[in-house]
Amino acid sequence: MPELTPSQTVGPYFAMRLPWPQGPFVVPEGTPGAVTIVGRLYDGAGEVIPDGLIETWQAGPDGRFAHPDDPRGPAPGGYHGFRGFGRCPTAPDGSYRIVTLKPGPLPAPDGSIEAPHLDVSVFARGLLDRVVTRMYFPDEQAANAADPVLCSIREPARRATLIAVPEPEGELRFDIRLQGEDETVFFDV
Amino acid sequence: MTTDVAASITGRRRPALPSYERPSGVHPPLDFAGYRSTERRHPRGPLMLLPHRLTEVTGPLLGEELITPADADLTTQHAGEPVGQRIIVTGRVLDSDGRPVPDTLIEIWQANAAGRYRHAREHHPAPLDPNFDGIGRCITDSAGRYRFVTIAPGSYPWGNHHNAWRPAHIHFSVFGHAFTQRLVTQMYFPGDPLLPLDPIFNSVPDEKARQRLIAGFDIELTQPEWALGYRWDIVLRGRGATVFQ
Ligand SMILES: [Fe+2]
Repeated sequence: MPELTPSQTVGPYFAMRLPWPQGPFVVPEGTPGAVTIVGRLYDGAGEVIPDGLIETWQAGPDGRFAHPDDPRGPAPGGYHGFRGFGRCPTAPDGSYRIVTLKPGPLPAPDGSIEAPHLDVSVFARGLLDRVVTRMYFPDEQAANAADPVLCSIREPARRATLIAVPEPEGELRFDIRLQGEDETVFFDV
Repeated sequence: MTTDVAASITGRRRPALPSYERPSGVHPPLDFAGYRSTERRHPRGPLMLLPHRLTEVTGPLLGEELITPADADLTTQHAGEPVGQRIIVTGRVLDSDGRPVPDTLIEIWQANAAGRYRHAREHHPAPLDPNFDGIGRCITDSAGRYRFVTIAPGSYPWGNHHNAWRPAHIHFSVFGHAFTQRLVTQMYFPGDPLLPLDPIFNSVPDEKARQRLIAGFDIELTQPEWALGYRWDIVLRGRGATVFQ
């Protein structure tokens, strides 16, 4: 059997191609019901990371994936322009921005329900492999309390690193801290 | 709402989801002293085990809308030909069960023949090539095959330590068919004297795994009077047995 190819860092120079104009737009800007996720990427010294790349993957508002391994298949008709995938390089101030639709809750094989969430990959110079985290929604307290992944994290302060914070303008803030006191929870995926 | 979602799956039949292999000892550690930038960028907390559920076993199936056939030939993207040694880089994307991974997007980026990237933050005093951007894309075919035509990249200096030079490499980004299969890596060239000195290459702990990052020179693939051929397969995590719960 063939053996796995190891990961290597994305390095500092990916920005010339990996980003593409529609990358941050999981749905086109202005789509009814769209939510905008903003955040910054920080290192262990609290400094912003200007050469990171954020990727997001998520279900549609109906909790389905347009993918052959979703046994239920995509909803008839789907959602116009929704691609489920977002990609945004971080700016010189460490910020990123993703425009998307809020996903629905997901059934898990053991009968539990996963709260609405995005899987988030972070790539950067200095990261020899991607790190993976999840973003949950602040207006889903009951669903979050029953979510099997959030429930697997014992400390409330650690769990809180995965829940976005509402901004006054209606955006959701999801800062990602690679290291340090408020270090984001990352997953072995 | 929640009840409806549960009923949609638990009513008659629970989903049979693949469960992807969890690699150990293949990927580099996130904290690697020889590569200075890892120091403040690696998580110190333990990675929490994330079981493979719907979000992890699915993934973006990006494709045709993002590429044109010209994206796979980095030597014909401008009016003139780029300077340097023309090469063909080809291989297959497979999973660790030996199955080809068809219809998956591959993105590459690289320095030009002089070791210079077209990038705002690149300061290496080597010339840019007006005929070379160093970026390519393609989609694997039904047998998982990909093929790029490009220019052999040069080595370039970096600030990690005194007299640090990266071995020649091409960056690869591969999606596979699931979030769990996503891979970003680098392909190296055989016989490069900088390989034993490079902390990024040597961050891969296992010697055999490291060798899998080096392409093979292939005289059969080499085209007379035109270009050298290199072969490099990329292996993503296998699906393993389907788990019924
Ligand atoms: Fe590079």
